[in-house]
Amino acid sequence: MIDQQKLYSIWVYLQAEPLFWLTLTIGSYIISDSIYRRTNLFPLLNPVAISVLLVSLILISFDIKYERYFEGAKFIHFLLGPVTVALAIPIYRKWHLIILNSKAIFISLIIGSVFAILVTYILSLQFEIQKELILSLLPRSVTAPIAMGISEIIGGIPSLTAIITIITGVIGASLGVFVFDLIKLKKMEARGFSLGLASHGIGTARAMSRDKNAGVFAAVGMGLSGLTTSILVPLFLKIVM
Amino acid sequence: MLNSIFTIFLFQLAGEFVQKFFELSIPGPVIGLILLLSVLLLKNRYNRSPSTFERELVSSCESLLNYLPLLFIPVGVGVVMHLTLLEENLISVITIIILGTLLTLAITGFIMERLLKEDDQK
Repeated sequence: MIDQQKLYSIWVYLQAEPLFWLTLTIGSYIISDSIYRRTNLFPLLNPVAISVLLVSLILISFDIKYERYFEGAKFIHFLLGPVTVALAIPIYRKWHLIILNSKAIFISLIIGSVFAILVTYILSLQFEIQKELILSLLPRSVTAPIAMGISEIIGGIPSLTAIITIITGVIGASLGVFVFDLIKLKKMEARGFSLGLASHGIGTARAMSRDKNAGVFAAVGMGLSGLTTSILVPLFLKIVM
Repeated sequence: MLNSIFTIFLFQLAGEFVQKFFELSIPGPVIGLILLLSVLLLKNRYNRSPSTFERELVSSCESLLNYLPLLFIPVGVGVVMHLTLLEENLISVITIIILGTLLTLAITGFIMERLLKEDDQK
């Protein structure tokens, strides 16, 4: 005979512990990642997107506040900093490739970053959204901490920018490959660079899972576009406003 | 392993320091990346053969990078839980993001593909 009262009180105790949410996060990633691998890295089953949906579904159905979940998840979140530093290693190992293609990287970087800002601005005008939201959208291609910083400087809403940035990353990582196939891109370096530039870390993670060179060029694209975008967005606003 | 973890943390710490000191808009970890890369490249100029320490650092960093997607889950869940912040603009914003991202990917990839040189060291 199972004592339901007892089980319930154990659940109440455990769900207040960081360990529970930490385990849940890793568990849902293991499940999503194995689905992703079993389908031969099918892009629409992006492991970030699937795990996020799994965890969110559990939080919503048990009526758990995000703050409580983050108490456990913050230990994983913390690693984003160190892993960014660790990106130095693949770049270092493929340095000769970057030097060989420095001109290609520079030109694609400038055109890509300008285009990302311009297309977001033009589309925002088409959809007639309010100015504050346009400003929160402009820096969306770059990694969240940089994007939020830019958003704050130009008068956007940093927390909205964070949300928009993550959605951008997931869209790029899961739909990018269809665009590349459509325009028949053959070089992994071009695919990777473009993913890193347009959809930062989540795009880079996807590129790394596909190909080593693609991963390196994605990391370079992500880092450099963070730099150029933080200069270009304020400059762009001076011209159009 | 511990040496590598220490090295990574140290470079991130240095990056955070530089960011605060010079009040830069680039996040500390990105500066840490640039610092670590510069040190490795400089070292490589004088001594091409990797030390045991360097080999260990390479393998630790690469295994850490294998879990890169996992690290975006906490923020991602935050996005889903806070989607209501976008209110009535949700559909327009998602459409702008999808179109904008896919067009940027296409343009950047297209230009890069045409400018890249073949890698003869493969």
